[in-house]
Amino acid sequence: MINRLSPFLAVMLAVGYVFLYGPIASLILYSFNASRLVTVWAGFSTHWYVELAHNEAIRRAALVSIEIAVSAASGALVLGTLAGFALQRYRRFRGRALFGTLVTAPLVMPEVITGLSLLLLFVALEQALGWPAGRSMLTIIIAHVTLGTAYVAVVVEARLAAFDRSLEEAALDLGARPMKVFFVITLPLIAPALLAGWLLAFTLSLDDLVIASFTSGPSSTTLPMVIFSSVRLGVSPQINALATLFLATVTVTVLIAGRLIGGPARRREKARAPAPAAQES
Amino acid sequence: MSPRAAASAIQPYVRLEHVVKRYAPGGPAAVDDVSLDIARGEFFALLGPSGCGKTTLLRLVAGFERPDEGRILLDGADMAGVPPYTRPVNMMFQSYALFPHMTVAQNVAFGLRQDGLRRREIAPRVAAMLDLVKLGRLAGRKPHQLSGGERQRVALARALVKEPKLVLLDEPLAALDRKLREETRFELVRIQRRIGITFLLVTHDQEEAMSMASRIAVMSQGKIVQLGTPPEIYETPANRFVADFIGTVNFFTGHVAGTDGPLLHVFCPDAGAVFTVEHEPLAAGADVAIALRPEKIALEAPPAEAGRNRLVGRIAAIAYRGEASSYEIELATGRTLRATLPNTRRRAPPFAVGQSVGLTFEPGACVVFRP
Amino acid sequence: MSDAFRRRAVLVLPFAWLALFFLVPFLIVLKISLAETAIGVPPYTPLLDRGDGGWSLHTTLANYQFLFSDSLYLRAYLNAIKFAGVSTLVCLLLGYPMAYGIVRAPRAWRGLLLLLVILPFWTSFLIRVYAWIGLLKGNGVINNLLLATGLIHEPLALLNNAFAVYLGIVYSYLPFMVLPLYAQLEKLDPALLEAAADLGCRPWQAFGRVTLPLSLPGIAAGALLVFIPAVGEFVIPDLLGGPDTLMIGKVLWDEFFTNRDWPVASAVAVAMLVLLLVPMGFARRLLRDETA
Repeated sequence: MINRLSPFLAVMLAVGYVFLYGPIASLILYSFNASRLVTVWAGFSTHWYVELAHNEAIRRAALVSIEIAVSAASGALVLGTLAGFALQRYRRFRGRALFGTLVTAPLVMPEVITGLSLLLLFVALEQALGWPAGRSMLTIIIAHVTLGTAYVAVVVEARLAAFDRSLEEAALDLGARPMKVFFVITLPLIAPALLAGWLLAFTLSLDDLVIASFTSGPSSTTLPMVIFSSVRLGVSPQINALATLFLATVTVTVLIAGRLIGGPARRREKARAPAPAAQES
Repeated sequence: MSPRAAASAIQPYVRLEHVVKRYAPGGPAAVDDVSLDIARGEFFALLGPSGCGKTTLLRLVAGFERPDEGRILLDGADMAGVPPYTRPVNMMFQSYALFPHMTVAQNVAFGLRQDGLRRREIAPRVAAMLDLVKLGRLAGRKPHQLSGGERQRVALARALVKEPKLVLLDEPLAALDRKLREETRFELVRIQRRIGITFLLVTHDQEEAMSMASRIAVMSQGKIVQLGTPPEIYETPANRFVADFIGTVNFFTGHVAGTDGPLLHVFCPDAGAVFTVEHEPLAAGADVAIALRPEKIALEAPPAEAGRNRLVGRIAAIAYRGEASSYEIELATGRTLRATLPNTRRRAPPFAVGQSVGLTFEPGACVVFRP
Repeated sequence: MSDAFRRRAVLVLPFAWLALFFLVPFLIVLKISLAETAIGVPPYTPLLDRGDGGWSLHTTLANYQFLFSDSLYLRAYLNAIKFAGVSTLVCLLLGYPMAYGIVRAPRAWRGLLLLLVILPFWTSFLIRVYAWIGLLKGNGVINNLLLATGLIHEPLALLNNAFAVYLGIVYSYLPFMVLPLYAQLEKLDPALLEAAADLGCRPWQAFGRVTLPLSLPGIAAGALLVFIPAVGEFVIPDLLGGPDTLMIGKVLWDEFFTNRDWPVASAVAVAMLVLLLVPMGFARRLLRDETA
């Protein structure tokens, strides 16, 4: 009785969800509005979707964004896993405090600062070494990897903290060397967390406006940049259509991923031996 | 111990020499100067309460920790600097640590694969081991599909299949319920005798240690306080700690009142009586402590007339445990004593709370300690 | 492969990358904040000059003086703090009951409820802010609704003002408040509240004396995850704000892209960083504790 959902909390939850999804619902609704004006409902129509499909600028930008996001997420996955592993397992080494700060700072740093600082770095490097030659997809990827690493590291560190180390010890005991243990035991079992981290870094990259604006070049316009410039001019139904597609893709992906990961993960939870009644030895 | 093991008892198979392991550099020791020898094929137990250092010692032998001082030798070879994956030692973990993403067969085969054996060579060995632990038909299941007892057997099979020189068992029965525990105890001993591998068991459960091991080392605060066979540990505890830790015991302190050949008369003010015990002669007035196990006491009602080793008291409480009953008896001095009697009849216990009873015991039933 | 070698191998890649692409850039920002604007590429004077006779250092504090002299910047800072602070509070007032509601909900529902909170986060931030434009405009959805029902007779000014900015920040950052709060509240042992009731506490008292104090780390984590990025927020004031909602993130953007004044933009960045050092220190300590 004490610990059940009270009416007050239920109402607050409802209010919260209406608040979160109201704007999204209106976006979707008006993407099917035959009229250009948001104010008037002129009947159901999908012609904005057709126009969107023919929008060359958006299509090119989308491809650029996806390519950047895939590369950045993959890079962030590698670096973030190494960083998360190091933070969780290596308790004492020189420069650990600095390393910890470097890894987690991007999480809270305002993007305008990160973007500006990276651009200034690229300019300085170009002056001194000739590389990178101007801003391009590469510079955006580097920027997004830096940001993504922080997120992946946090996810990996949290997963490793909950990881049953006796499994690794058992593998060592049975003759597997440490590197083998990592790849054969640890990695497969934290795979869902790695996937979640990759998706997180992917989404961050795909969605980023500020950092991309600072670090992009003439040929590397990203989707958020295109959306931003068109949105500054006012409401555009094509953007509504894009938003709806976006939402649909994300929802479907999350549902599939959830089904794929949720099942095996839940079964493995039960595989841990029941907590013994014994005291610690 | 099999005759073969007894013969090679002269040549210790596992030897720990003055092993020390500290919690932190320069600080107190978790394992404090421990030396012991284990014979080949022996079923040896480390027994002690939480925090006594037995698990640390186990991990030192397994190779997960390095000793700060001392040596660990296995079949004559010094294990210093040898990592766990090259030691001829395998461990059965308390939590079983079965790999959740592998089947039972794959779990058991894991160690053999690390040795580089071919699939052709691995399969029959895995099958044989699974038969030994009676899990043959579950080879294709994953750990989460097994019961607690089944998982335990997989863990055991996995630790045995490589035929290591030494198998470590970390509280193997802790997670099992009572019935299963008793059955598994017999199983483990049977398996160990059959394959002849040396077992080192770590536990805080004295019943577990005494019913399975051929020799026990009792540990407290990082040191071994007594080493011996289960009967030796139980009936001739080296000190008060061991006597108290293993089973229940009644303690009395007193001083020597006189000698009588092989017997000693000790006056215990606590009990307000003289205890006659078997012990070599001691000077009159010497301080001694006496330990008397509850099952060594006989009760009679009404109390008989005074005699050797006869006390009188009133039953304060009875704990009925089915196969036996424990009686808490209050003596005239106010001191309480515990006596345990088997319930040999199906009728109600012969004594009742509040009844006046006489207690009696043999001189040889007492253990005498010099303080 | 020894232990130490393995450690170094794992650490070297992320450490080197982050040092080069995160640490060094800040030093460069600092350096450029001390430079002068110049025509050319890049549009600032170099720090060290190889003139005849050796190196000479060219630094100037002119940018910082400029910052302090023009009240625009001070106002923008204070605005940023005000907007971020109030929004954090509103997020807390809305997010706490939501998080608590999810914890109390039947176990089978929790996954779904959490997913529904996280899902907006996975869709484009930009697009979600944009959605509010359509809702808040003079002839947008909300105004049309209110006009149609006769509750108002003239459209309300809901867009391009402080109200819209508050709304935008709360809307965008709400998940960041709910999730850490949920994580903290989930760890709370329900038996504690039962014990409190058993000892005579009424529900609201139990909440104030048991639940609230124990959820403080979650509140702090959520507050910092909302406040710090919100201070430097650019997109929301740009799309939803007006002339009186100038925030420091937008100022930095304008200095850089519109005025092309890199040194001043850098100075703004440095000042913003100094401003945020204290809350960021807290955030770091909290994140360390959580994952330690």
